Amino acid sequence: MSDFPHTPPKQSWTFSNDVNAEIRRAAATGIYDIRGGGSKRRLPHFDDLLFLGASISRYPLEGYREKCATDVWLGTRFAKKPIHLEIPVTIAGMSFGALSGPAKEALGRGASAAGTSTTTGDGGMTEEERGHSNTLVYQYLPSRYGMNPDDLRRADAIEVVVGQGAKPGGGGMLLGQKISDRVAMMRNLPKGIDQRSACRHPDWTGPDDLEIKIMEIREITDWEKPIYVKIGGARPYYDTALAVKAGADVVVLDGMQGGTAATQDVFIENVGMPILACIPLAVKALQDLGMHRKVQLIVSGGIRTGADVAKAMALGADAVAIGTAALVALGDNDPALEAEYQKLGTTAGAYDDWHEGRDPAGITTQDPELFNRFDPILGGRRLKNYLKVMTLEAQTIARACGKNHLHNLEPEDLCALTIEGAAMAGVPLAGTSWIPGKNGF
Amino acid sequence: MQTFDLEAQGLRALNQALHNLKGQQTNETAWEVVNPKGSHAIAVGVDAPVDITVRGSTGYYCAGMNKQATIRVKGSAGPGVAENMMSGTVIIDGDASQYAGATGRGGLLVIKGNAASRCGISMKGIDIVVHGNIGHMSCFMAQSGNILVLGDAGDSLGDSLYEAHLFVRGTVKSLGTDCIEKEMRPEHLAIIADLLKRGEAEHLAKPSDFKRYGSARKLYTFNIDNASSY
Repeated sequence: MSDFPHTPPKQSWTFSNDVNAEIRRAAATGIYDIRGGGSKRRLPHFDDLLFLGASISRYPLEGYREKCATDVWLGTRFAKKPIHLEIPVTIAGMSFGALSGPAKEALGRGASAAGTSTTTGDGGMTEEERGHSNTLVYQYLPSRYGMNPDDLRRADAIEVVVGQGAKPGGGGMLLGQKISDRVAMMRNLPKGIDQRSACRHPDWTGPDDLEIKIMEIREITDWEKPIYVKIGGARPYYDTALAVKAGADVVVLDGMQGGTAATQDVFIENVGMPILACIPLAVKALQDLGMHRKVQLIVSGGIRTGADVAKAMALGADAVAIGTAALVALGDNDPALEAEYQKLGTTAGAYDDWHEGRDPAGITTQDPELFNRFDPILGGRRLKNYLKVMTLEAQTIARACGKNHLHNLEPEDLCALTIEGAAMAGVPLAGTSWIPGKNGF
Repeated sequence: MQTFDLEAQGLRALNQALHNLKGQQTNETAWEVVNPKGSHAIAVGVDAPVDITVRGSTGYYCAGMNKQATIRVKGSAGPGVAENMMSGTVIIDGDASQYAGATGRGGLLVIKGNAASRCGISMKGIDIVVHGNIGHMSCFMAQSGNILVLGDAGDSLGDSLYEAHLFVRGTVKSLGTDCIEKEMRPEHLAIIADLLKRGEAEHLAKPSDFKRYGSARKLYTFNIDNASSY
């Protein structure tokens, strides 16, 4: 019998080792997996797009000689004091509570040095971020933790958060390990409990109410502040149109790659759409209403490089926001901390138990021993460098496409490597004139 | 008395005039708003120790984020009255629509009629006195502060409650998840007596008439045995 060839052991695609491990984990613990970050699955993304560059019919701009501007105005529709940023890469909303005070300070330092804005999160405004952010966007969330009119008035813009890409339709969550005395005080909660945030705003439902809510915020702030509306990548055409109808100055659109401090893995991986699929629909809504460039569009979710920035803008965004990438720039998941990641049962690059508050990098923690390791001045410098590199990269591409402003990038500059990418982005498959779904094909 | 005709002068002018009082030593401490006609966002974001009387009914978010001011509505109030109030007093002579006192952090909200659903939702330190009844899902996720209801409460009172104190004189149609009736101790009777007095309701009820409801605190940390409650 031993002479007969054996059928080699065959693992199931459906019941893979990862899947089986999760089943065993669920059976042992009785709780769904909670983690931080955004979707980890392979998704259609900006990697599926390429720029065509200049040719005989399009001439490029000289790389280091000819101007390629990067600035952006946000909030020009209604606000008396719109925001002017030097670069179109902003820092997305991340809460004090999810992040340490020094990490928030570093975000402010880095963003301000690079000429861009930071954003508060589901925990109120801290002195660290207000003090170190030249331009600070104050989030108005369902939980209203820390919400007060004084902070509304000392913000530079207000972002009404309807949803986020990691969990469209879901509320926030901050587990007890991170509810320190200070976090508890800011959120009016007992120390050490699991904090649950509502998924809907407590005092409005639907677009007509939202319009009145925005009007109230404008009245409280004397119509000075730009008002953003942030939506998750669920129904971007209609949500964008309704946000515009409700009076938004800026729409912030977050795809499923966008991170969260803590949410169920099943939610992160199975609800919402990738940002590539969202941008063209939001842009179409703005164009259909005659509001493209009048209501600005900020997109987020998996932005990593200047190429991603340029592609998002070529598809019609006015600016982008980064969260996870900013944390990596600060030092999150750095291989230099591998020994400590191993002690936590993970490895650099995969660490996502941000909710447990044991971050060896001192970023996603409220433990003083850990966050005191983090140097906010160095972190700020690293973030500034990274933002500058992204901007230079985006300019490099824009000049190669003959554009003297990043805003002049357009879909015509792009082609797609995959049919999915072509269909979602609405640009031709490379080497063809085929845009799936257009002209009956 | 400063009289402001909302219909003639407009909402923006009213709120700007009230905001301009912040930090000012002013003799203009008595304001009257006429012709409100259900307008939204009347007297929002006020931050001055003034008395404002609105002669008529208001739309959404009257007295939103109030600080210091005493605002009286001589009519009924639309949704979200005194939302996120920080301090001061808001008194509604008539009824209040849904979300009254939502996320309020301080001050006193008195509703002399009934309040609709979600009264005191997510309250964070405000005191609310309702002379009549409150609707369903009131005090959902209420974090701190006190609510005193002289009438009845609707379905799912205090669902997912944190540490707010709920006092109801009449019937409670149903309690929400993790909300239970609790022992009334002397310190609670003292809170009720104070709320009756400040809520202009001393003549209507006495502290011993009320029952106390609060959090069972079973949802404070995740436990799979409570999964059906999540």
